[in-house]
Amino acid sequence: MKLIIIIISMVLVNNYPLAQFLGICPFLGVSKDLDSSVGMGIAVTFVMVLATAVTWPIQQLLNSFGIGYLQTVVFILVIAALVQLVEMFMKKSMPALYKSLGIFLPLITTNCAVLGVCITNIDSNYNYLESLVNAFGAGIGFLFAMIIMAGVRSKLVDQSRIPESFRGVPIILITAAILSLSFMGFNGMFS
Amino acid sequence: MTIIIPVALVVIVGLLASCMLSFASKVFAVQEDPLFVDLRAELPGANCGGCGFAGCDDYAHALVDNPETSCTKCSVGGPAVAKKLASLMGQEAGDLEKKIAFVMCNGTSDNAAKLYDYEDMTSCKAAKQLFGGSKQCPYGCIGLGDCVEACQFDAIRIIDGVAVVGRDYCVSCGACAKACPQKLIKIIPESAKVQVRCHNEQKGADAKKACSAACIGCGMCAKVCPKGAITVENNLSVIDPAKCIKCGMCVAKCPTGAIQDVLHTAEQKEKIKNALKAKEAKEAEKRKEAALKAKAEKEAAAKAAAEAKNG
Repeated sequence: MKLIIIIISMVLVNNYPLAQFLGICPFLGVSKDLDSSVGMGIAVTFVMVLATAVTWPIQQLLNSFGIGYLQTVVFILVIAALVQLVEMFMKKSMPALYKSLGIFLPLITTNCAVLGVCITNIDSNYNYLESLVNAFGAGIGFLFAMIIMAGVRSKLVDQSRIPESFRGVPIILITAAILSLSFMGFNGMFS
Repeated sequence: MTIIIPVALVVIVGLLASCMLSFASKVFAVQEDPLFVDLRAELPGANCGGCGFAGCDDYAHALVDNPETSCTKCSVGGPAVAKKLASLMGQEAGDLEKKIAFVMCNGTSDNAAKLYDYEDMTSCKAAKQLFGGSKQCPYGCIGLGDCVEACQFDAIRIIDGVAVVGRDYCVSCGACAKACPQKLIKIIPESAKVQVRCHNEQKGADAKKACSAACIGCGMCAKVCPKGAITVENNLSVIDPAKCIKCGMCVAKCPTGAIQDVLHTAEQKEKIKNALKAKEAKEAEKRKEAALKAKAEKEAAAKAAAEAKNG
């Protein structure tokens, strides 16, 4: 039951880009069209789960040395190396998957959402399974937000009359703000 | 001691990561096909997608993976690039015909009747949502320049409410054709210099009402064409570029001026028109004479028959 609650809360209540404002850069940058936003969302989910799988044991290691405060530095190092490794591995052994996800991997290497989910797992005292589920939920939440944003943007850019000064990034930020406000409606679902 | 452990740990983690990565870069190294590298270097890198692949990389990959792929697909590079690709691939470049985009509309502000005054955002897509554009003709060029924006090569302009392609600048990448919400732009061989410049599929009277330069599907051009290259489909004349000899007869004959001819000068067109008129006048006279003759013969026969009866 707790696992289900974790997933729902990560997708709706604590949605990363829309409620916690993590991973805003790809959220605004790659949501131009539906295909690439779905690719990005899946890639982020994948990397989040993978990063959690590696960083959770590392945190235990750090704790055993009594240097838990090195968390951020070591996590960044490990995640960056890991994503690079995955990219190489993918290019060699899964060219088809690399073609669809590969271009997004370098973007995610040092993404704050990925680091954020790893640190949240530690801070919330989740066990290993809960951490993985949490990471998966965060990724799905990201994917969800990306798809909504891509849908809104495809209508926005092509078919509406936007004042000159709001064209481009400003209107995207306003859209994201309104979307984020609407997600506040889920607040208090699990209080 | 408090400082040594963290430093040592981070150094160890960093070393491990770097060793792992350098090892992985050896193990998982993907050998790029040298042929791919060469081919990609020859392509212009405009990534316009005119070849039908997702960018120059994709086209080069397709060439490597499937040697049957045509070397002549890159319209930006034209024959020069095709030749280089072909020599790299070890095949002969076929006849590479230059192609250009062509706008099938001549609805300038003089020709096309207005439906309403449009004063909103300058986008054909947006204007199309409002009763299909501000011109009466629902097929015509909306003239707000979606194609101009799409063109990477500055080869298309809106002139007097209609998009016009600069034939010398067009690289036939097809971006404008994709951007046009009216589907008015087609890619044609550059040699097809005589083209029907209208896309109105309405019946003749309606088309004429909407635009004085519309093709009304009357079929006069089909009749006058010496090679039978013209057919009328959906109230529209279609010229088969393979059969067309660019004589300009259809242009001279067309009552609305819907056929564009970029081969002949105005003078030459006038000449063709006069020649056609003279020929038609001659034929009309011949027909008249023949009719008179027939009539006279008929009367004579009737007279003879009457005389025979009386006699």
